[in-house]
Amino acid sequence: MKRIEAIAITVEVARAQGSLLISNLGFPSRELHAIGDRPENFYMLGSMGLASSIGLGLSLAQRKKKVMVLDGDGSVLMNLGTLATIANYAPANYLLIILDNCCYGSTGLQPTCTSSKTDLADMAIAAGIEKVLKVDDAQGLKQALGQKTATIVARVDPGNASVPVIELTPEFIIERFRKISCPLVESS
Amino acid sequence: MSKRKIMIDPSQIIYQGLKLAGINFAASVPCINLGSLLDLISHDPGIVHIPVTREEEGVGICAGAWLGGCKPALLMQNSGLGNSINALASLDLLYSIPLLMIISHRGSPGEPIVGQMPMGKLTPGLLKALVISSYSPSPDETEKFVVKAWNQAECQKQPVALLFDLEFWGSE
Repeated sequence: MKRIEAIAITVEVARAQGSLLISNLGFPSRELHAIGDRPENFYMLGSMGLASSIGLGLSLAQRKKKVMVLDGDGSVLMNLGTLATIANYAPANYLLIILDNCCYGSTGLQPTCTSSKTDLADMAIAAGIEKVLKVDDAQGLKQALGQKTATIVARVDPGNASVPVIELTPEFIIERFRKISCPLVESS
Repeated sequence: MSKRKIMIDPSQIIYQGLKLAGINFAASVPCINLGSLLDLISHDPGIVHIPVTREEEGVGICAGAWLGGCKPALLMQNSGLGNSINALASLDLLYSIPLLMIISHRGSPGEPIVGQMPMGKLTPGLLKALVISSYSPSPDETEKFVVKAWNQAECQKQPVALLFDLEFWGSE
């Protein structure tokens, strides 16, 4: 499965559920923006490693909305403590999807440790996350995304789709998103 | 010991400031000086408290909490500021996200642990380089300054830091 296919499946489910979607920086956000831009998407432009953390804080603050996070193997490896925090504090509206392409896809496909000995699903289980699902095809991902809360490790092929850089400003991305993620707060 | 130190409990006065400011979400990495304050926050049903594994993770969680409508504070030692700089810059400053940082400033005068000295000296300059406002109020001004710092963070949509050195905690 190509990563952009996994992203397309995920955003389709998010659209159907009205879920908020936090997307990892670099090509994953670019692919998501190219095929499924919507106000409920928050595109990270920096702070590598923190997609799962941003989503966790959001899910704790807005328990009535489902929060989905599109993360990557390189980024989770950069913030491994997040798995322990998620295991202990994530609420029932939090769904983490780790798109594992075994490399740093946005910087030239340098291999990560998941290309060799490291298994992020096993690490998530060892961290204490109760529902961890491993999928490696579109059908498996569709089924897994039906879960209310889980950590999904989806194996995807290395490589990036030919999609443009996101030209939205950070101000636009966050103000559009926050009108939905926090509707009672007056937006400036 | 002065009368002031006997009369004002530094942890209690920060806590009162947080409550007055309306802080209802906190992430933390502990410091010995933050112990009592973390206890107060943990037992307050009006504050969601998430102990995190690394301060940078706390910056991300607090940013998410603000996206969801909470008023977040990050409690940490100043060593954690060093662990957070990229997140403060390329998340909070980039997107204009408010955050109140309550920082135990180790490596300040009276510090017994040599390992705290390098970051202790660098901390004010790092905040200045990030163009993040910081204040170091005395205990009797602290309640007011906590409220002021959060209001500034919310109004200017950026992180604001309160630095509490060893003298503040009464351990000089």
